[in-house]
Formats: sequence, structure tokens, C-alpha cells
Amino acid sequence: MTTGAMLNFDKARIAHYGGPIALVAILLFNVAITPNFLHPQTLFVNISQVATIAIVAVGMTLVIATGGIDLSVGAIMALSGAMAPLIFLSPYAEAYPTIGLTAAIGVPILVAFACGLFNGVLVSVFNVQPIVATLIFFISGRGIALVLTNGNLQTFTNPAFSYLGTGKILGLPFQGWLVAIIAIAAWWMVAHSTYGRQLLAVGGNERAARLSGVPVRKVKIGAYVICAGLSGLAGLIVVAINSASDAARIGNLMELDAIAAAVVGGTLLQGGRAPIFGAILGAVIIQLVKYTLLANGVADEVALIAKAAIIILAVYVQQARRE
Amino acid sequence: MVDATTFDLRQHVGGNSHSSGVWIALIALIAFGLLRYENFGGAYNISSFLNFNAMFIVIAVGMCFVIMTGGIDLSVGSVAAFTSVVAAYLSPYGLQVALPGTIAAGIAIGALNGFFVVAMRIPPFIATLATMLGAKGGALVISGAQTISIDWSSNFTKLGMEQAFGILPWTIVVTGIVVVGLWIVLERTSLGRTVLAIGGGEDASVMMGLSVIRAKFFVYTLSGGCAGLAGLFLASGFGAGQPLEGVGWELSAIASVVVGGTLLTGGMGSIPATVAGALLLGLVFNILNFENGRGVISLSAYWQMVIRGGFLFVVILFQSRVARASAKETS
Repeated sequence: MTTGAMLNFDKARIAHYGGPIALVAILLFNVAITPNFLHPQTLFVNISQVATIAIVAVGMTLVIATGGIDLSVGAIMALSGAMAPLIFLSPYAEAYPTIGLTAAIGVPILVAFACGLFNGVLVSVFNVQPIVATLIFFISGRGIALVLTNGNLQTFTNPAFSYLGTGKILGLPFQGWLVAIIAIAAWWMVAHSTYGRQLLAVGGNERAARLSGVPVRKVKIGAYVICAGLSGLAGLIVVAINSASDAARIGNLMELDAIAAAVVGGTLLQGGRAPIFGAILGAVIIQLVKYTLLANGVADEVALIAKAAIIILAVYVQQARRE
Repeated sequence: MVDATTFDLRQHVGGNSHSSGVWIALIALIAFGLLRYENFGGAYNISSFLNFNAMFIVIAVGMCFVIMTGGIDLSVGSVAAFTSVVAAYLSPYGLQVALPGTIAAGIAIGALNGFFVVAMRIPPFIATLATMLGAKGGALVISGAQTISIDWSSNFTKLGMEQAFGILPWTIVVTGIVVVGLWIVLERTSLGRTVLAIGGGEDASVMMGLSVIRAKFFVYTLSGGCAGLAGLFLASGFGAGQPLEGVGWELSAIASVVVGGTLLTGGMGSIPATVAGALLLGLVFNILNFENGRGVISLSAYWQMVIRGGFLFVVILFQSRVARASAKETS
């Protein structure tokens, strides 16, 4: 009895601190093994790469908190990433660079919002299961992006737009700051706004939430719209980093990274919890594992297997916490 | 609550309102093709169409079993890619070794899924997501990220390239046997009943004394085995193990099952309707190819993705209306 209780206690403790412990372990391992790990350049590379995962993971966390899932994030990234260069490379935008730039950032994000609205309405109004509803854009979103660009790689030089992916503020990559702002805003929303309370209520017990007057449909649609908008932003950042847009590759497998980050960060797939900073931590862990393996000459393929093991382990530990 | 724990025999024999749509659409599309294109009903088109879609059909049937228990298997595409590489490596020893060996590889990964879901109680979505990544990584590791050519001197190529009794490709014969066999398992065995009962209400099934654990383990193992068979078809049909193939196949399979009228919540499902769903999705491509062939329009492969998604959307909308209408009837 006492040993059992103690074991449970330890398990719960591991579950609670698992993320930070894993992070510290990876960092220490890297300091000891990986050459030049403490070089500032390493930090910049990792921040600029983790940003897109982290931004999408925040949106995914909100969707999962309602008990849903969004498989279309990668495809929406491709769509917005394909649109931006089309807009700012058009003759009109070349003539009026400011309007062109604003449109190149604004229009893709608006389109992403529209995709999210579509997902949200299917899920909440038509009661389509989230996996199936978001499957539609998963399949067709990238197709639309490829149709728009005719499958061509678009390369460009546009310093103003590229600032999204290569700019620096106080020496740190611009998208790192963006992640910080988005995370704090999302955290505030979940913890302190009415919408946040309603979001968690819907995920915790939809029926109870509906009976107590929560506008369940609107709340759910909101989560999908935010998630899609953030995915659209992440798509723009990927294109800005590369100064090139390849609709076939932008955001490929991002849905998996984002779900993994959310789960490693402590989000329950059943909904009802939205640990935003946990998701950021999850994204950082996944990025660092990738980096560690790559920097030590382990092939990309093996990194996939490592990611698989992390996901299983994280969920297993989480499962232990609930029991 | 009563709806969730009881199931109606009519629902999985194939004659229910959920799956009637897929048959109507399939017949309409075939009629359209027959009327519009000269060679649509020709032996060559039918045989190559079925030959190409055989792997999607077996995967969809395996997926249907998993979905009927209320689960999901996202790993099938990666498993097919992995096993296609295994098949290529085994091809020099002939079909008698490659066939069981490849399916065994699929079954092994399926069993791993089953272990994660049943023993470690990891949600199916996550468990199979992890094996999806793992199998993808595994396929790339053992192949060195190269396509692995099969041995053309052994009898391995018989499967994908030769005709049984001079009429049908072997692939189709094998697929037919698997489909009919699994249909019988679902409709006529206690295991099949248990699979449906689990989806209807897992707790109730446990209390009824059904061997829920065994049945759940079975469906994931089966789905892995089906994906293994698809990998074998892939390698034999295209002459090489393809570690990079299989992307999005899980979603096509889920789409086939859903189009076939099976709800993702489980508890009901039809094997023939799932096969019809897979054929329907394949036919959309086939007809687009014919349409391109007429030279009036020219739709790239990219358009096909868009149309496929749009098609799924229409079917889902239709189903959600049917589901709501039948919910109103019962309440």
C-alpha cells in the first residue's frame, strides 16, 4: 500500500517534470558531446527552426484542448507560403511595394483563417469528426497550393518580406520574438479570458458546457480559426527563411511535429487542457532531438524513429499521471 | 445511450442508408465512364485499374476493421513502404519466401501497434502516429533512402505482372481472396461480432465477457498485415521497393472507409462498402485520366488532389445529413 502510493507519487512527479527533465538532459548531453554546441550560432539556428513548429503547436494545443485535432496545418502552411510570393512578385506589387508587402502577408493569413473557419464549421455545425473534417484540407490544401504555383519552385529576393525569417531584434531571430509574443498572448487567453475558460470547458465536458450556456460552436470554430491562422503565419516564415517557396515541401509532416509537441508538452488528447508553454517546451525538445542527432552525424531517418519513441514515451508517462 | 451499445444487423450487411450512397455514386460514375469513353469498359482498363488499386483496397479493408473498434491506424502507408523494401530484399528467394516474409513484417509492426494500444493504453491515434514515423525511418534506414530493385530472375514478379489463368492479374485474385475472407470473418465469426461490439461500447463489451483485448490486438495486427500485403503489391507491381512511397495512404484508406459509410466512432461498418469506397476514390482518378486523354481539358496531378479533397467534402456533407436524418428518426 505505502510502496504503491510512493510509486504513484514518483510516477506523478516524473510525469509533471518529465518535459523539463528531458530538456535539461538533452542540453547537458549536447554540451558534453556535440561540438560547438555553446556557440551562439547554434542558438540562432535552433531558434529559427523551432519557431514554425512552436507557432503551429500553440494553435494545435488550442484545437486539441476542445477535444479535436487539426491535420490540415501543414497543407495550410503550404497554401499561404505559396500565395505570398505570387502576390509580391506580381507587377502591381512591384509597382507599389508597401501595398504589395502588406497584401503578401495579410491575404495568405486571411485565406488561412477562411480554411480554419471551414474546418471549424464542419466540426461544430455539421458534427463531422475532426480527423475527417481536417482531412479535406490535408488532401486538397497542398493541391491548391501546387495548382496556384503550377508546382514550380518560386525564388525571390525581397529583403522586407524575408525579415520575417531572417530579421534580428537584439541579436535574436525575429521569429523567436514572434513565438514569445504568440505564446504569451495565447497563455493569457487560456488562463484569463472568458474565451479561454469556455475553451477548456468545452474540451473538459462538452455536454456540461453546452448546458451551462457556453456557445460551444463558436468556441470550437474559434480554436480552428486561430490554429489555421497561426499555420498560415508559419508558412510565411518558412518561405521567408528560404527566400524560396516550394509548395510540395512547405509544412510537410508539420501536423505530426505539432501534435507531438503538444502531447510532449502535456496536452491531453481528450481535451480540457491547454498548456501553451508546455507545447513550446515540447517543440523545443523535438527540435533539439532532431538537432542533436543531426549534429552528431546520425541520419535523418533515425531521427524519425527517435521522434516516434519520444511520442510513445511522453504519452505513456502522461497516461500514468491520469491513472 | 441505447444507440451506442446495441447494433443492428442491417447496419453491417451493406444495405443501410449510410452505405447506399457509395453504391449509387459508384454505379453513376461507372455509367458516366462507359458512356463517355470508348475504352473505359475495355479489359485493359479494368485490369490495370484493379491492379493499381489492389493495394489501396487491402489497406482500406484492414483500416475498416480498426475503425469499427473505434480506433484508427495512421501507420499503414509507412508500413507499406517499409514492407515493399522488405519484399525487394526477399525477392531473390522467390514468392514462396517473399509473400509470407513481407506479410510477417507488416504483422510485426501491426502487433507493435496492438501492444501500444492494448497493453500500454496509448490512444490509437498517437500510437500509430509513432509507428508511422518509426516505420518510415526504418524503411529509409534499411534501404539507404534508395529504391531497391527487385530480382527479376525469380518468380517474384509473377504477382504484379502476370495473369492468373490468363485472365486476371494475380494481385486481383489475392485481393479478392483477402476481401472475401475478411468479410466472412466480420460477418460470421465471434471475433467479427466482438470487433463490432467494441466500437458500439467498449465497457459494455467487457462486461458482456467478450474478449475485447484479443479483438483489439487482432485488428491492429490485421491492419499491419494488410499493409504488408500492400507493400508486396507495391514492390511487385513497380519492380522495386519504394521507401518514399505510402505518404498519405492512411488518409486515402480512412477516406475510403468513410466514403463507404462507416462512422469513425466505430460500432458499424461494411467490408463491401469499404471496397466500393476505395474503388470510387480510384475511379475519380481513372476518369480524370480519360478526360485528360481526350485533350479537351488538361488537369495536372495537382488538380487531382484538389478534386479528391472536394469529393471527400461532398460525401461527408451527404453523410452528415443522412446521419442527422436517421438520428431524428430514432429519437
